[in-house]
Amino acid sequence: MMDTPFNAVVPMLCVVFAALAVMMAEAFRGRDEQMALGGLGIVGLVGAAVSSMLLWNRNASSFGVIVADNFGLFVTMTLVIVGVLTIMFSSVVVRRDGLPAGEYYALVLFAVVGMIMMATANDLLVIFIALEILSLAVYVLTGIRRDDPRATEAAFKYFLLGAFSSAFFLYGIAFTYGVSGSTRLDRIGAFLAAQSMSDSPLILVAIGMLLVGFAFKISAVPFHMWTPDAYEGAPAVVTGFMSTGVKAAAFAAFTRVFLSAFEPFSVDWAPMIWILAVATMILGTVVGVAQTNVKRMLAYSSIAHGGYLLVGLIAANDVGKAAILFYLLAYAVTNVAAFGVIALLGTRDAANDELRDFSGLWHGRPALAALMTVCLLSLGGLPPTAGFIGKWYIFSAAVSAGYYGLAIIGVLTSVVSVFFYLRVVVMMYMEERDPGLAAPAHVGGVGMVALVASIVVIFYLGVLPTRVLDLAAESISTIF
Amino acid sequence: MNGWLGLVIMIVLAVGYAGVMIGLSLLLGPKNPTPEKLAPYECGMPAVGDARERHSVKFYLVAMIFLLFDIEIAFLYPWAVALRDLGWAGFVQLVTFFLILSVGYVYVWRKGVLDWGPAARVRHPAERKAA
Repeated sequence: MMDTPFNAVVPMLCVVFAALAVMMAEAFRGRDEQMALGGLGIVGLVGAAVSSMLLWNRNASSFGVIVADNFGLFVTMTLVIVGVLTIMFSSVVVRRDGLPAGEYYALVLFAVVGMIMMATANDLLVIFIALEILSLAVYVLTGIRRDDPRATEAAFKYFLLGAFSSAFFLYGIAFTYGVSGSTRLDRIGAFLAAQSMSDSPLILVAIGMLLVGFAFKISAVPFHMWTPDAYEGAPAVVTGFMSTGVKAAAFAAFTRVFLSAFEPFSVDWAPMIWILAVATMILGTVVGVAQTNVKRMLAYSSIAHGGYLLVGLIAANDVGKAAILFYLLAYAVTNVAAFGVIALLGTRDAANDELRDFSGLWHGRPALAALMTVCLLSLGGLPPTAGFIGKWYIFSAAVSAGYYGLAIIGVLTSVVSVFFYLRVVVMMYMEERDPGLAAPAHVGGVGMVALVASIVVIFYLGVLPTRVLDLAAESISTIF
Repeated sequence: MNGWLGLVIMIVLAVGYAGVMIGLSLLLGPKNPTPEKLAPYECGMPAVGDARERHSVKFYLVAMIFLLFDIEIAFLYPWAVALRDLGWAGFVQLVTFFLILSVGYVYVWRKGVLDWGPAARVRHPAERKAA
């Protein structure tokens, strides 16, 4: 690959052009003409994956604000996997529910572009633009079923709170610029390291504001209020997409900003994030236990998983940083697959996402029940799945950094969380099918391929994690 | 202070000009008030009902398209001013930006957002071509 100033944006451009192609195809297709728009999107995403692999270890940088370092590329790969799985699940759902295909796929792809941009941005303003690109697309995706009042409500709540948090984020950028005179992360970091600013309240205000902005996006307690409603109201496949993609992108930017630019102030922000992490883990788990809707339960579980990721961020040692990347990948694949099962079980008129809708699934659809079980066990952190290795590394990072309390709380909450994951499993295997319920939907073709592929990845990460862990460790060492 | 003097003069001129004009029309203008003229919005129609009513969604679409191309202009002007300094690299970047926007333009066109007549709006573009 030639060295040009545009190298670092090539993965993004692949997805952008795919999204534009989808838009054009949608504009020029006949009313009832079927087009493989999802396939077009997958081509773009594969292009992004290939170009990311070619950029590996090259530390390409475009315009000084987009850096394709290994950290960003690792997250980009995670996002591409999320995107491909989402499109595969969507291809079933879009046809079944009669969603506007062109708009749907274009929005998914634009959201992925925003996510990749957020993961590779090296400038606070570019991170903000990326945040808006992905948020706007996801707001619309949340409410893409306009005829469903729950989806509309979810989209509206998500939009209002998202806009509110963007304001916090923007204020944080403004204050940071006011203190350091730059929005570039490397310059902010160098400036803060050179000054002894420990008595400046302004920089603490800036850090606090940015923290609030990020906490909204990763739905850390107490900024999680929108999460359950938005996740429950959105179509299940979109929920899977936003609970993983948005979280991965936001966490990548969060990690980059706090561990590179604000590293000199870690003494100040580590206690703040400590409180957020503990509150997030406990509330996500405890409230998750009380849920009877599987989608809502997984929403609280994704809040709790955000808490575990925060633990890695606080530990901030090499193990912790690599663990964040590994955990993001493991969590993303697992969660997309879990929501994929829910999406595939739904019908056009009924979401079928209540706990009792899963009763006796094993008797009707054994394959689907087995796949869902693997996802739930991985979310619960049981060996030999990806979730186990992820949690193991997160907690061992916390212990080696001396945060015993965090590790203990983390382990205890994940034990509690196993209760509500296993409750679904028990429903599927040990209960008879509720006679009042219709037979579960047939799943085949692309949806099943995507499910099996994600299960393979979950087991691969769970049984042979070394290679991916090495990659994660390698990518972390290049920047921090 | 030197650099800011121009700005201060401009602010004084702007505020002064507006003040003088309003003052003059107060002093010199004929006063012949009628209830219609005293209404908050004097535009020929008596104000009836609440301002918060439902508008056709077309208005929002038009507003959004306007915003899009307004932003395009906001980029084009500074680029035109700095054309020579930015050179070919700047040209290529702006053309790319322009092409991406035109995809959006073609999209809204084909989707019928620019057809404001009530009859044309309900028909799908493909059907119209066939007819």
